[in-house]
Amino acid sequence: MSNPERLDAIIHDLGADLAPVRRLRPPLVRAVMWLAFVAALGSVMAAFADLPEIAHRLMGAPDMWLAVLGSSLTAILGAMAVFELSVPDRKPLWALLPVPGLLLWIGASGLGCLRNWIVPYTDDIPAGETRVCFLFIVAVSIPLSVLMIAMVRKACPLRPSLTAAVSGISIAAGAATLLNFFHPYDAAAIDLVVHIIAVGIVVGANQALAGHLLRPLRSGAAWPSLSDARLGGY
Amino acid sequence: MKSGASEDAGNVDRHWSAMMAAAQTGDRAVYEALLRDCVPHVKRVVRRSGVRPDNVEDVVQEVLLTIHRARQTFDPSRSFTAWLSAIAQRRAIDSLRHQGRKDRRETSDPLFYEAYPDQDTTPEGAWEEERRNQELKEAVADLSPVQREAVESLAIRQLSLGEASVVTGRSKGALKVNLHRALKALRARFDEEG
Repeated sequence: MSNPERLDAIIHDLGADLAPVRRLRPPLVRAVMWLAFVAALGSVMAAFADLPEIAHRLMGAPDMWLAVLGSSLTAILGAMAVFELSVPDRKPLWALLPVPGLLLWIGASGLGCLRNWIVPYTDDIPAGETRVCFLFIVAVSIPLSVLMIAMVRKACPLRPSLTAAVSGISIAAGAATLLNFFHPYDAAAIDLVVHIIAVGIVVGANQALAGHLLRPLRSGAAWPSLSDARLGGY
Repeated sequence: MKSGASEDAGNVDRHWSAMMAAAQTGDRAVYEALLRDCVPHVKRVVRRSGVRPDNVEDVVQEVLLTIHRARQTFDPSRSFTAWLSAIAQRRAIDSLRHQGRKDRRETSDPLFYEAYPDQDTTPEGAWEEERRNQELKEAVADLSPVQREAVESLAIRQLSLGEASVVTGRSKGALKVNLHRALKALRARFDEEG
């Protein structure tokens, strides 16, 4: 089959496979929908948390509420970036959107460690608590990841790995923000290291798994594979 | 002059956007017409991205498939040409990366084939093979024109029946019959000689 005939055959097959589609909502709306799920999860957790104690703790040291602000901003800006990246005609520069939040989060958490070293009276984290923090971030990231991947898959990210990495950052930041409901300790070096490891695992797992799930199916070098399959999988 | 060209481009973009909006509602005829209209633009973008000429058609295929898969993401209030060009550029980059990985894995060394001795080849064997090839060429040349045509297109050039039918202008049935008769004649000749 010559090339023009082959392209004609492809177009014919794609036409035969055409079904009406519902246009996707704008990326910002989809980001708000995902963030609403995170907020709903937060409200459930808030029902079981000691809110006055949390407020007292956060107001006690500026680095603590700055760290919460940083992780919340990272989650929000990251979600906006992910849903923008999931649409073909958006620039990859969107991936930089969560950077200010990320810098604030890392900076404020680092400041907390520094304060702990300078002021020796700060409470240390009881043994075993860091493990709970780690498990919390990883466990909460699972439903957040499932929802985000399902929503992003409805679009068509042209850079699946980059999209998956940014989604991992947003998800880990969301989980770390929710952790504050059950984290009555100042940031300490060991705590920060555990957080970094947990965030790294969430980002890595997202990139490996979601990067694969978001990758479009390839027809291979030649058309017959698709033609034979009569668009199976598309 | 330049503003006229950009005005034309704007009109084409609006026309394509309207066609894609119709395709999103399931209008097959409009969708197929849009894809056909898009192909030259996609080829231009892919060529400009540095894809080798022999790979352009494959990348165009990938672009068409991506358009199909991503059609729900197109927002008619935005430029269709920008949406399409982004897909074409991305698929071209994917192809270049794929080609780069393949080139790194595989190396071409033509001298290797010349320097490597074939263990099964002996001077007598080579002469014998050359003699057999010569006999086969003569036998094919002695076939009737229609039988020779069938052997050349189907057996030697390895065309499919459909392609051979287009090239020779004969029906698939006639080609099959001619090939069958040619093979029978060749078999008879070599049995007789052997």
